[in-house]
Amino acid sequence: MPTPVELLRSWVLNQAGDAATWARQQLDALARGAPRRDLYIFLGLAPRRLGKADLILSEADCAAAEAARSGWRVTGWSIDGAARVLALLVHGDNQTFAERFKDLRRTADAGELVALYRGLPLYPDPGSLAFEAGEGLRSNMRAVFEAVAHDSPYPREQFDEHRWNHMVLKALFVGSRLSPIQGLDQRANPELARILREYAHERWAAGRPVPPELWRCVGPFATDELAMADLRRALGGSLPEARAAALALSASPAPAARALLAARPELAAINAGHLTWETFEKAA
Amino acid sequence: MFIDPHAHMISRTTDDYEAMAAAGIVALIEPAFWIGQPRTYVGTYVDYLSSIVGWERFRAGQFGIRHYCTIGLNSKEANNQELAEGVMDWLPRFALKDGVVAIGEIGYDEQTPLEDKYFRAQLELAKELGLPVMIHTPHRDKKRGTTRSMDVCEEHGLDPASVVVDHNNEETVAEVLQRGFWAGFSIYPSTKMGNARMVEILKRYGSQRIIVDSACDWGISDPLGVPKTAQLALESGVPTADIHRACYANALAAYGQSGQMKEDDWLNPPAIDQRTLYADNSILRGGREARVDLTPRRRGLLID
Repeated sequence: MPTPVELLRSWVLNQAGDAATWARQQLDALARGAPRRDLYIFLGLAPRRLGKADLILSEADCAAAEAARSGWRVTGWSIDGAARVLALLVHGDNQTFAERFKDLRRTADAGELVALYRGLPLYPDPGSLAFEAGEGLRSNMRAVFEAVAHDSPYPREQFDEHRWNHMVLKALFVGSRLSPIQGLDQRANPELARILREYAHERWAAGRPVPPELWRCVGPFATDELAMADLRRALGGSLPEARAAALALSASPAPAARALLAARPELAAINAGHLTWETFEKAA
Repeated sequence: MFIDPHAHMISRTTDDYEAMAAAGIVALIEPAFWIGQPRTYVGTYVDYLSSIVGWERFRAGQFGIRHYCTIGLNSKEANNQELAEGVMDWLPRFALKDGVVAIGEIGYDEQTPLEDKYFRAQLELAKELGLPVMIHTPHRDKKRGTTRSMDVCEEHGLDPASVVVDHNNEETVAEVLQRGFWAGFSIYPSTKMGNARMVEILKRYGSQRIIVDSACDWGISDPLGVPKTAQLALESGVPTADIHRACYANALAAYGQSGQMKEDDWLNPPAIDQRTLYADNSILRGGREARVDLTPRRRGLLID
C-alpha cells in the first residue's frame, strides 16, 4: 500500500510536465539532506515552476489517500501545495519537525500557509504541532483557517474540547461551513451546544441571520425548555432554518423534541431518510 | 483600469481600498520600506515582510484589488548595521514568495557608505534571482543620488530595462529616460510630484517608460494619485494611449518581467484564488463605472 509520500510524489511528478525533471532532482536532493536554504528556495519556486493548478485526481487516487491515511482528503489540493508538503516530509536535518514547521510558518505567504496546514494530518509527531495548529485557527485569512479545520482528521484527533469548540464557533463566525469538519457529530458536546445557542441569541438580538448548520451541534444536547424555545424559533424561520431545526430536534433525546417534531412536515422526510445533514448540505 | 505600482497599503484604511477599487485601480505594488520610524529588531522587520507577502495581499483581495510587493532593505534602515546584516540574511527567503515582483525599494537616502554597501548587495541578489529592481531615489541631493543609483546599477551589470528608478522630478527625468531606465513619478503632495506637474511631464516626454504612482503611505498622501492624474491628463488633452501606458501598461511591462504579475490575474483570476484569496473586482464585472470619488466616504449615518 503506497504511503502518503509516495502518493504525493507520483501525483506531483505526473502533473509537473516540463518541470518534472527539476522537481524530481530537487526532491531527491532534499531527501538526501540538502541544506536548509535549498528547501526555502524549492518552496519559493514550487508555484513558479509547477503552477498552481488543482491536482487532477481519480476516485482511485482519493481511495488510495484514504487507505494511506484515514481521513486524508486531497480534493482541492493544488500541485504547488502538494509539492511543498512533500518537500517538508522528505527533507530532514537536525531540526525537529515542529521547529521546521514554525520556521516556515513565520515567513509563509498565504499559499504556503494553506499548504503547510493542509499537510497537518501527514506530519510526524502530530501532538508537537498543537501550538502551530492553533496559530492557523487564529488566522484572519479564511483559507488558512479552513486549511486546518476542513477535510482533515487532525482536529478531531488532536484538539482538546476548548479548541474544538472555538474552531466550530469561529467557522460560523467567519461565514465558513461546518459540514467539512470531520468528527462534527462525534465531538459535539454540551459546552459547545451552550456556546452555539448563545451565539444564536446574539445574532437574533442583532437582527442578523443565524447560520442553520449551527443547530447540528445543538440537537443532541437540546433537553431543557430553553433549548426547545430556541429550536421552536428556528423552526419558524426560513426553509433551511426549519429543516436544520427539525434535524436537530430529531437528534434530541427529549420527549418535548419529539412532540415539537410530530406536528412538522419535515418529520416524514427525516424518517424516510430524505432529509439528513448530508442532503441538507447539498441543497444549501 | 489603473495600476498603482507604489503604495504602502499597510498604512492605509479600508476606506482607501474601497476608493481605489471604485476609481478603477485593479492592481497595486507595495514596496518594502520603512514604516515612519526605524525598526530596532530584525524580528519586527521579518514580520513586516511577512505581512506584505501575506496578510496585506489577502486584505487587498477582499476589495477586488490585486496586491503585489517588492522585497528589500530600505536605505534609511541600511544605516543600522546590526539590523541590516540580520535583514539581509532573511531576504532570499522572502524574495521568491507569491506576488513578489522586484527587489526594492532600495537605493540611497543620505548616500552613506552603509547605504551603498547594502544597495550593491541587493542588486546582486536581484541578479541571482532574476528579479527586477525598484529604486528609491533620495529626497535630498536628489539629482546626484539618482545619477549615482544608475551608475551603480550599470556597474553591477543590470539591464536598465529591468530597473525602475522611482520618485523622479523635472530635474531627473531626462537622464533616466536617456539611459534606458524606467522612470517612476510619485504623485505625493508637498515633497514629490503634483499631478498638474505630472501632466506637463507627459506632454513634454510622452509616455515611453514613464510610470505614475501614488507612493501613498503613513504620511499625508493620496491613494487616488494615479486615477486623479489620469483624469487631469485626460481633461488636459493628453492622448488616452499615453495615459494608459503611464498609468497602467508600463508598470505591468516593467514588473511583469518577474513572471509574477499578469493581466489575467485580475481579468481571469484562477478559481483557486477566487475561492480563497481574491474577491472579484466589481468594476471588471461591470457592476459600476470607475470613478474618482472626491466626496468624503462613510457618508451614511447608519452603521450596520
